Amino acid sequence: MSIVANKPEPLLYEMSNPGTVGYSLPECDVPMTQLPSDLLRSELNLPEVGEVDVVRHFTRLSQKNYCVDLGIYPLGSCTMKYNPKVNEEAIRLAGFSQVHPMQPAETAQGAMQLMYELQEYLGAISGLPGVTLQPAAGAQGELTGVLVIRAYHLARGDTARSEILIPDSAHGTNPATSAMAGYQVVQVKSDARGNMDSEDLRAKVSNKTAGIMFTNPNTLGLFEEHVRAVNQILHDAGGLVYGDGANLNAIVGVARPGDLGFDVIHSNLHKTFSVPHGGGGPGSGPVMVRPDLAQFLPSPVVAQEGETYVFKNPAHSIGRIKSFWGNFLAIVRAYVYIRSFGKEHLQEIAQDSVLNANYLLALIRDVYDPQVPERVCKHEFVLNGTRFKKEYGVNTLDVAKRIIDYGYYPPTIYFPLIVPECLMIEPTETQSKASLDEFAAALRQIAEEARANPQLLHDAPHDTPVTRLDDVKAAREPVLRYKHL
Amino acid sequence: MSSGKEITYPNDVKYASTHEWVKLDSDTAIVGITDYAQDALGDIVFVELPEPGMEKKAGEAFGVVESVKAASDVFMPVGGSISATNDALRDAPETVNGDAFGAGWMLKLFPYNAADLEKLMDAATYKSKIDSGEIH
Amino acid sequence: MSHRFIPLTDADRAAMLQRIGVNSVSDLFADVPRDAQYPEINLPSALSELDMLRTLHDIANRNAHASEYAFFLGAGAYNHFVPATVPHLIFRSEFFTAYTPYQPEISQGTLQTIFEYQSMICDLTGLDAANASHYDAATAAAEAAVMAINSVKNGRKIIVSPTLHPHYRATMRTYLEGQKIPIVGDEDTALSLDAVLDQHLDNNTAGVLVANPDFLGNVRDLKPIADRVHAAGALFIVSTYPIALGMYQPPSAYDADIVIGEGQSLGNALGFGGPYLGIFACKEKYLRRMAGRLIGQTTDTKGRRGFVLTLQAREQHIRREKATSNICTNEALNALAACVYMATMGKQGLRQVAELCYQKAHYAAREISESRQLRELGYRVVNCDSANRFEFFNEFVVECPKSVAEINRALAKQKIIGGYDLAQEYPHLKNGMLIAVTEMNTREQIDALVNALRES
Repeated sequence: MSIVANKPEPLLYEMSNPGTVGYSLPECDVPMTQLPSDLLRSELNLPEVGEVDVVRHFTRLSQKNYCVDLGIYPLGSCTMKYNPKVNEEAIRLAGFSQVHPMQPAETAQGAMQLMYELQEYLGAISGLPGVTLQPAAGAQGELTGVLVIRAYHLARGDTARSEILIPDSAHGTNPATSAMAGYQVVQVKSDARGNMDSEDLRAKVSNKTAGIMFTNPNTLGLFEEHVRAVNQILHDAGGLVYGDGANLNAIVGVARPGDLGFDVIHSNLHKTFSVPHGGGGPGSGPVMVRPDLAQFLPSPVVAQEGETYVFKNPAHSIGRIKSFWGNFLAIVRAYVYIRSFGKEHLQEIAQDSVLNANYLLALIRDVYDPQVPERVCKHEFVLNGTRFKKEYGVNTLDVAKRIIDYGYYPPTIYFPLIVPECLMIEPTETQSKASLDEFAAALRQIAEEARANPQLLHDAPHDTPVTRLDDVKAAREPVLRYKHL
Repeated sequence: MSSGKEITYPNDVKYASTHEWVKLDSDTAIVGITDYAQDALGDIVFVELPEPGMEKKAGEAFGVVESVKAASDVFMPVGGSISATNDALRDAPETVNGDAFGAGWMLKLFPYNAADLEKLMDAATYKSKIDSGEIH
Repeated sequence: MSHRFIPLTDADRAAMLQRIGVNSVSDLFADVPRDAQYPEINLPSALSELDMLRTLHDIANRNAHASEYAFFLGAGAYNHFVPATVPHLIFRSEFFTAYTPYQPEISQGTLQTIFEYQSMICDLTGLDAANASHYDAATAAAEAAVMAINSVKNGRKIIVSPTLHPHYRATMRTYLEGQKIPIVGDEDTALSLDAVLDQHLDNNTAGVLVANPDFLGNVRDLKPIADRVHAAGALFIVSTYPIALGMYQPPSAYDADIVIGEGQSLGNALGFGGPYLGIFACKEKYLRRMAGRLIGQTTDTKGRRGFVLTLQAREQHIRREKATSNICTNEALNALAACVYMATMGKQGLRQVAELCYQKAHYAAREISESRQLRELGYRVVNCDSANRFEFFNEFVVECPKSVAEINRALAKQKIIGGYDLAQEYPHLKNGMLIAVTEMNTREQIDALVNALRES
């Protein structure tokens, strides 16, 4: 972080100088009419800042951010890979960025062709050929998928299924989604090898089970070794299997969820397919289903009729899940990404992301404690920080904050919830060997510091725009907006 | 999250395995969460309490206690009619951290179901179950 | 040959495998069922960057876009001017390639901009608190409905105005289907809001959702409606168009409890429908039932101001099945675009944009309405009050002598994208065309539209 970045930046409101403008608009070129005086507002308290200061304000603020374009961003389960710049050339084309979602279909055939082709690609990659691009993010994809499962059971007259099974290692979105869709959540335990505990699974599955939601590889970064057996248990009980595709990066091109017994999955285009995260979105969470479930997908989907692309409503659609057709500009980026890899290279994404994760783990496993040391990980791995806490009085938060001092973003911490003092690391395939060597050296140095000088970790980070912030104060006395004087 | 301070287990209250306590004050029962529970949660930032006048059974959730990184439901240790709630917690939820068995009380029940008291633990039993890891 | 997005050589891979202690990459996938590995995947061949760009140009050229066509289409997405500051700043790597700001010490850029966004949305709507964003207005509407259900004792249904955007109504139904919450009020889209309330409003109503301006462009003082809704004990939820709030009174003026809106118009590209920006604001007393991310101000260990994600105990990663919503990733970059847009336009600029939209749209409506030729052909502007005054903002309905689809096909030949076809959702408006006019439409374009209607 530079000296400029560490300088406090005022709020726009504090920079406001009444009378200053940052905009210019053309004069009104039509005869004017009277405004509806009884409906007008008397004041609008927005800041007044000139263009140059707007640019400087946001540029200075940007320097207080870490980002993928600066270096490794090893957030586990987030797949912070490089965002190719050609994607951005693509979305700035006027033929994509300036197209209205409601303009007649015959004037938007290019956009619809691109959507249709991406539907086909995602169907091919997942082995589940029914595809909707409408969901705006992974969590919305989950809701879509669970509502499809619900519609499937109801269409069969099977109204008694009220439960969704979810492993205890799951992302919080899985239980939250199930509840939104009106289901009770039943938790399934993990076993010592990081798989689902099959005894517990058998005990909990029943004729009340609508389905199971699980991530494979799971949030421990481990491939479910009994994936087909798990899916068979569900199918035997009449339930469906939902795959949370957050970790699809580990197997893309290597194996297809559809071939492993999944009925429905979503894919986060902002993870596996390189759409940038934008500081918390936009994302895009298409859902793929087996052929007989396609009739329940949200309306509309893009279909091809002869040479023409049209929007069609699936026969027994669950309805609309958002406005318009989906996060189209994210869809364009994913399309570009898949075509840039093509069928020749796609599997290299999974192979090299798994290679990078295992290599990084090999470089640090003698000083940190892998949660399941006997297994090969997939695209990410989980460390257990209990020993650091016990022996050095250093918790995982301290380790994470010290990583910042070395110029990196910390990994995901305290997740999954089943691992105490958890540290979850996902390097992705877009790191060079040299960058992993450097990052591992930093992690090793921090482990040494934890032993020799734990205070260094307690006080970290040291050279950042702000030091540790008071979360308790923020939550007890919420200040969520600028207060005008 | 432990603050490192000694956890207290006063003898003048009864304990539920879900970490609530009950104290009797003539014909009213006073309810709160235990010192162990507040310590495990860490800095409490918000306490959500029900409207007075509601009836709830033993074991039913009556509110939520939030820290920065966690949220826990709190349950009725005994059934009864909620005659008062501790409004002071709205602006000063930290009172639960500082004085869990006193100023950090949450509900007053009148009348309450005295039969439910029999299922609750005394201080020694509650402490031994926590020490042994039987409840956590 | 290595792929350009993967910076590893075969020599690197060999050295790494050796360090791991395995012979080949396939050893790393030994737990994946062997017979499922490396299926034939039907994809096209890889493209070089140059070939990719050529392909993209070909595809993009098949779309009519706003640089070549005059757009008179709105219906929830609007062609507004985006100042150069917006793309320049939001596409900075530091904003663009960052994650959700989990580690605040190196995410203050994102955190402070969202805090500023929240502040400006509060000022625009007049409400106390705004969240960091929803996916779009439709999902914000659905989340508002859920919030009303959770906030109102005995609240078991939601009433929607028939003139709420059809996509929002449809999305709300999908979201609330699983929880079996009925959405009522739009069975007959010809009914007035007052008639809808007469029919449905009772003390089991959790919330009433009304658009202002409504889907057909009309703006009105909703205070009498709000009073009725509040008297029934329900929450009053308003869907708004933020550009209109540059001139119109904020929803706080008529006592809205929750305000949602489509933030696309604040500096975000049309982009064939997304990503857009779901605006969500509420009164303080409902704050803890709000869904989505919230940024709060606090201090660091040295007493300096800083910003953090706060009130997270509402959210899925902590509350899991009891969370207020499952939302995680939202639309932070679109909120940043809105923030830069509002900063650039400022209080004067936003007012001026709104007035330009108003003036140009009213000019267009007058030109259509006052043209004897169009009147004789059967064109009629619908948005009039009892005194025969127009009462819309920048969008209005024209009844047409033939199908809107047919007219639009003729207009497209003259490089005009006509208005939205209301036939399906509002059949009582005979061949209704919803025409939107913004500051992007010149007088020349408007005159060309009127002429084209005469000829079509």
